[in-house]
Amino acid sequence: MGDKDPEISRRGMKMGEKTVIILHSGDMDKVYSALIIANGALAMGMEASIYFTFWGLMRLKKGELDKGPLSKMNMLGLGRQMIKQRMNKANVASLERLMNDFKELGGKIIACEMTMEIMGLSKEELRTDWIDEWGAVGSYIQEARNANVTLFI
Amino acid sequence: MAEMEIDVRGQTCPIPLVECRKALKKASPGDLVIVKGTHPASRKEIPMACEAMGLKVLEIEDKEGGKEWEIKIRR
Repeated sequence: MGDKDPEISRRGMKMGEKTVIILHSGDMDKVYSALIIANGALAMGMEASIYFTFWGLMRLKKGELDKGPLSKMNMLGLGRQMIKQRMNKANVASLERLMNDFKELGGKIIACEMTMEIMGLSKEELRTDWIDEWGAVGSYIQEARNANVTLFI
Repeated sequence: MAEMEIDVRGQTCPIPLVECRKALKKASPGDLVIVKGTHPASRKEIPMACEAMGLKVLEIEDKEGGKEWEIKIRR
């Protein structure tokens, strides 16, 4: 993963340059933030992983990636609709595309097992094709231990 | 040595950066990757990314009266 072009890594990238994001929110705008930052990190030669937990994990349910409400001014979905229209007009990529790019560039997805238990989710309900690892707090800390950038969204 | 051209004109953050990275991943060492775009921030961020990865930016050219840019990178 992420080592298809070791030449680039060896020449420029300092070892252990990594971005680790906890996505706790399931809000559409915050899922955008997480995927844009994570893709930016990969594009700039870093490793990147996103730990999906709590409301964030709901976005890994099949067909639910872009189904989150807006974090502010959702107004029963009206505000969300408006922002979506404006995003289309500004030619902003879909969350599905950002997720596919993230995976293509070697990004790693970790799913929180405790959240699955709390929410009564089974693996079959989630996009297992995106998920690289199932874990708990230890997995996050292990990821973040050598990361230069770590964010809680 | 192959030449690869990617057209991200009209695309916004983070697509120009991401498409550039995808092209660099597919290219072989020595190949020329040409990125054409319009997104203003990417004009400076693509060279930043290249520098971070130890790649050489050969040329940054403004076109269409500054509305478009073209960046040439040696993989």
